[in-house]
Amino acid sequence: MTAVAEKQVQNGVNVEALLGAREALSKAPEAARFNWKATSKWVGGTHTRTHMKSFFGLGGDQSHKSEFSFDTDHPEIFASEDKGATPVEMVLTGLAGCLTAGVAAVAQMRKIQLRSVKATLEGSMDIQGILGIDSDVRNGFDGVTVKFEIDADATKQEIEALVAQSQKRSAVYDILTNPTNVTVSVS
Amino acid sequence: MRTDVVIVGAGHAGLAMSRRLGERSIDHVVLERGEVANSWKTERWDSLRLLTPTWQSRLPGFADASGEDPHGFRTMPETIAFLERYAWAISAPVHQHTAVNSVRRTEEGYAVQTSRGAWRSRAVVLASGACNIANVPRQLAAALPAAVASFTPHQYRNPSQLEQGGVLVVGASATGVQLAEEIQRSGRQVTLAVAEHIRMPRRYRGRDIQWWMDAAGILDLRHDEVDDLGRVREVPSLQLTGNDQGRMLDLNALTASGVRLAGRLAGLRDGKALFSGALANQVALSDLKMNRLLDAIDGWVSEKGLEGEVPPPERFEPTRIEASPPLALDLVRGGIRTVLWATGFRPDYSWLEVPALDRKGRLRHDGGVVDAPGLYVMGLPFLRRRKSALIDGAGEDARELSAHLATHLDQRAGIDLLMRSTMSGGTKFTSSVLSASTSST
Ligand SMILES: Cc1cc2nc3c(=O)[nH]c(=O)nc-3n(C[C@H](O)[C@H](O)[C@H](O)COP(=O)(O)OP(=O)(O)OC[C@H]3O[C@@H](n4cnc5c(N)ncnc54)[C@H](O)[C@@H]3O)c2cc1C
Repeated sequence: MTAVAEKQVQNGVNVEALLGAREALSKAPEAARFNWKATSKWVGGTHTRTHMKSFFGLGGDQSHKSEFSFDTDHPEIFASEDKGATPVEMVLTGLAGCLTAGVAAVAQMRKIQLRSVKATLEGSMDIQGILGIDSDVRNGFDGVTVKFEIDADATKQEIEALVAQSQKRSAVYDILTNPTNVTVSVS
Repeated sequence: MRTDVVIVGAGHAGLAMSRRLGERSIDHVVLERGEVANSWKTERWDSLRLLTPTWQSRLPGFADASGEDPHGFRTMPETIAFLERYAWAISAPVHQHTAVNSVRRTEEGYAVQTSRGAWRSRAVVLASGACNIANVPRQLAAALPAAVASFTPHQYRNPSQLEQGGVLVVGASATGVQLAEEIQRSGRQVTLAVAEHIRMPRRYRGRDIQWWMDAAGILDLRHDEVDDLGRVREVPSLQLTGNDQGRMLDLNALTASGVRLAGRLAGLRDGKALFSGALANQVALSDLKMNRLLDAIDGWVSEKGLEGEVPPPERFEPTRIEASPPLALDLVRGGIRTVLWATGFRPDYSWLEVPALDRKGRLRHDGGVVDAPGLYVMGLPFLRRRKSALIDGAGEDARELSAHLATHLDQRAGIDLLMRSTMSGGTKFTSSVLSASTSST
């Protein structure tokens, strides 16, 4: 194990606050229940706009500083108007955001200064599934790859450990790798 | 019946505590529901050998290896015989076939109900084992198709109990990898569902891995020296076996023997086992952990200037997995006849009527000093140091906890004395007060 001397590392992650939250929530686990919310509205064609503003957590209603909205659509080769990223690309967006945030947080915790973190993601899919051509082909990704390029004050092994640990603690990685019950209803 | 201390359980931990209390002349009994070494007699599979070498079962006041190879790995009959010799050698006051049915607090200590009468004591040591119950993920087990049999490691003895056909072994720590290999060798196709695990070579730089961890002080790391105690207490057992001396039983070895690897069992839906897609990261984490430990050993070797005395460092080939490990397995159609849950163990405190459990049913304790005066526990993972759950860890834990216990008895004795003298207006030295306060000096 490499002994890390006390050094100043600034990745812009408030680790003290994260550790404090962990400590507080392990004493009050009820407050750890979060509900993330999104509302969407069909715009036309395959174009949808989804908004995020409020969510529930720490025992009460919470809110983003401002409302975020994302457009999803499909490219012209699907005979769509391409007014936004495809929904499956939004899944990759979520994975990239989650893993990268994890890398930064773990790096801060381990006192590793990051200089740049780039990731290239690919989700591969056989669209015979969604088009209903072959029922043996699944609709979703049959594989996702993430390639990180990280420049940091650390050995290759330490960087690999950062990336491994960020997967271990990532919500989106878990959502993609494990089954989840999804209930859809109509009101 | 009255005594100063009741020890629950005559495994090695209870016996080591008995020896330590004996050294302090503290009056005690060891209550055992079965016989000495009951867990080794009734809860282990046939082929099991200790995964710690014979030299690494040092118990206080006992150095009898009776002609055994110190670098060998004891079979179950040898382990049982060893603990029976120990109980005899230290003259432990064991009451066999005495099951403890309840432990309650009283004014002066504890009331212990057993299948053979009631005891009152001033302190109680829980040495009833950390592995009484096999952890079976209940929701998953409940969703198994009726045609598939379910076994825990406590029920499993050998492959002949299992029907011919495929076996899904869930869990890849020491128990899981050992049973996966044995069952695969019996001609049954094994699929191994792999969650968190720790890969470890049996031998490294010419020595047994346990020798290195012992010599370099890794096993001595104390509970008050780690940042995240909750986390280290949940760390799974190392992928080690005492069978076939010196062989590394990792996932690569299992793959070579024909075992099929899948990710963590994440769900059962319509008769299909669903596996996590995170296997690649599980094995990467495990390789990284193993390499960090080997780095620490290498660091220790250079620090001690032992480079000339041992072979040079080696590193092991990374764990190999399929490009796309299976994500689902239709149990019945896939020929799986048995699921074996190698998903860990937990202690049974159903008889403990003392409010000392946390919301997850774990005992609240600080290094074995339970959150209830005069109550102690032995043998839990990382209780006081990394080796606490090993046979080799009981001696030091029992030494420190018996010292705490003796002080507790002295203080209680002081309080009792004060109460008596103020109540009766005079000082009455009862024999138990005297024996307790003199024995700890
Ligand atoms: C499969 C397996 C392999 C292991 N291999 C090794 C190894 O190689 N090396 C090593 O050092 N450690 C090993 N361990 C870990 C550990 O050493 C053993 O679990 C050991 O048995 C623990 O000793 P103990 O004295 O704490 O508990 P146990 O040996 O379980 O003893 C507890 C005793 O308490 C009794 N008891 C329980 N409840 C009651 C009650 N209510 N009333 C009366 N009596 C009760 C039980 O009958 C039992 O005899 C292994 C554990 C397992 C499960």
